Amino acid sequence: MFDLYARRRAINVVTLSISVFTMAFGLFWLVWILWTLLEYGLPNLGLHVFTQTTPPPGSDGGLINAIFGSVMMTAVGVLIGTPIGILAGTYLAEFGQRGWLAPVTRFINDVLLSAPSIVIGMFVYEVYVAKVQHFAGWGGAFALAIIVVPVVIRTTENMLRLVPNSLREAAAALGAPQWKVITFVTLRGARAGILTGILLAIARVSGETAPLLFTALNNQFWSTNMNQPMANLPVVIFQFAMSPYDDWQGLAWAGALLITLSVLTLNIVARVIFRQKTNTQ
Amino acid sequence: MPTFLREASLKRQTVLDLLFRNLTRLAAFMVLALLAAIIGSLIVGSLPAIREFGFGFLTSSEWNPVTDQYGALIPIVGTLITSGIALLIAIPVSFGIAIFLTELSPNWLRRPLGIAVELLAGIPSIIYGMWGLFIFAPLFADHVEPWLNDHIGPLPVLGPFFSGPPMGIGMLTAGIILAIMVIPFIASVMRDVFDVVPAMLKESAYGLGATTWEVMWNVVLPYTKIGVVGGIMLGLGRALGETMAVTFVIGNAHELHKSLLMPGNSISSALANEFTEAVGELYTSSLIELGLILFFITFVVLSLARFMLYKLAKGEGRGA
Repeated sequence: MFDLYARRRAINVVTLSISVFTMAFGLFWLVWILWTLLEYGLPNLGLHVFTQTTPPPGSDGGLINAIFGSVMMTAVGVLIGTPIGILAGTYLAEFGQRGWLAPVTRFINDVLLSAPSIVIGMFVYEVYVAKVQHFAGWGGAFALAIIVVPVVIRTTENMLRLVPNSLREAAAALGAPQWKVITFVTLRGARAGILTGILLAIARVSGETAPLLFTALNNQFWSTNMNQPMANLPVVIFQFAMSPYDDWQGLAWAGALLITLSVLTLNIVARVIFRQKTNTQ
Repeated sequence: MPTFLREASLKRQTVLDLLFRNLTRLAAFMVLALLAAIIGSLIVGSLPAIREFGFGFLTSSEWNPVTDQYGALIPIVGTLITSGIALLIAIPVSFGIAIFLTELSPNWLRRPLGIAVELLAGIPSIIYGMWGLFIFAPLFADHVEPWLNDHIGPLPVLGPFFSGPPMGIGMLTAGIILAIMVIPFIASVMRDVFDVVPAMLKESAYGLGATTWEVMWNVVLPYTKIGVVGGIMLGLGRALGETMAVTFVIGNAHELHKSLLMPGNSISSALANEFTEAVGELYTSSLIELGLILFFITFVVLSLARFMLYKLAKGEGRGA
């Protein structure tokens, strides 16, 4: 009898220790990766990164054209993707009780949420780049917009569902038509949550490399023309990191640090906004 | 307000209502149209390759731009093997993390640790790739692969898989990096699913004298198994389509080796490396067909994952 208890307890101790170990194992990679980025990124990070354009190998330069291109394409992608995402999310949450469209859309959207982004790049290449016959910043922005939409739909729907029905009923009882109830009451009530979703979408696309490879490609020079190939941080990092030149690799590390810091900051800010909102409710 | 004015305003609101509802419906419909467009354009793009190679495309290991002969076997196998390695590592680790987060962690630590796991998921894949190539692969080549060669290499069945030159880059490295990337996805789904289990069930088991491990293994896991499998499939879907991290460390060689230490290729890394440089209709078309295959595989896997997670959410585990 005693033996059985001892064995069960031993199994328990062993498995739970393994559980603690796996948690440490998970955190270990996070710390190691962040440490690496700081170790190699910080020494290469200086004012020149923000003032000069990407150099040919062997000479000085920075990443300003890539940073600008990334910001530009992300902004346009989010501007295109967000309204579609919010509207579709509204449909799923507010009108999706009946009919076949809502459940099917919800399912497809959840699948698209994790669909391989490189295929989305190929799709934009097929329907846009191949048609206009040159790589262009617009193509990159379209590809990013396609990645933004599912993220925004998912969070918008979830956040609208958190708005209590009594609010909708109160507004309807005052005689407000449905479009006013939704735009002035429910969407406004879910504002912080939807903003969280948009920030998470920005975080998600700002590190995306694969879809930009086939669409915006890269540009060694300063260019604000969205109709031309456009430099962007992820693709520059990819090219520079794979190159044999030390100074290029250094810039790649600086860029990697920049991207990771902005993505992590966005993630944390999104969570803080959402938390403040849920606390005050 | 006179009646006719009120009626006019009512009519206007009804029209606006109709407009608004159809606008949102149009947006929802665009998601479906997008999926159809993606599949359609991939099929159209790969038609020349489908016509030329037929089903042989799936079984041929030939990939030769010079003779214009293409087969998808090597990238498909590479994708499956690297994702398989990733799951083999990620499933037990994620399970452990989920147990820690739901049962063991003190309350004040739960939230920061949960956020840390989610941050790991937020790091862009190109960063994993760079880190893997410059930091992890050299260490792996110096310290782990020689050990594998010496200790597992001579074994009868496993041996051939783990012997080969310690280069650092290869299928095994790609699999390990993928594992690190999918751990946060699987772990956070598992944690959410474990939270669904009614406290009463767990408390009953604890009340009967079960240990924490017994509660997890005999009560929580059976109750949530559909959701757990769904989470694993979700991770698999991620691993299959992951591009940049794999491209950095897999070695990009169109070769099929028994050894996991040798370089290989995956669908996504073949696309990332060759698509912009592909010349000739057949070459491009074969790459697009590769993309179609990848999209098809991930679509099936992700659909199954979502289906299982919905089932759990709906039935709350009943009948499990």
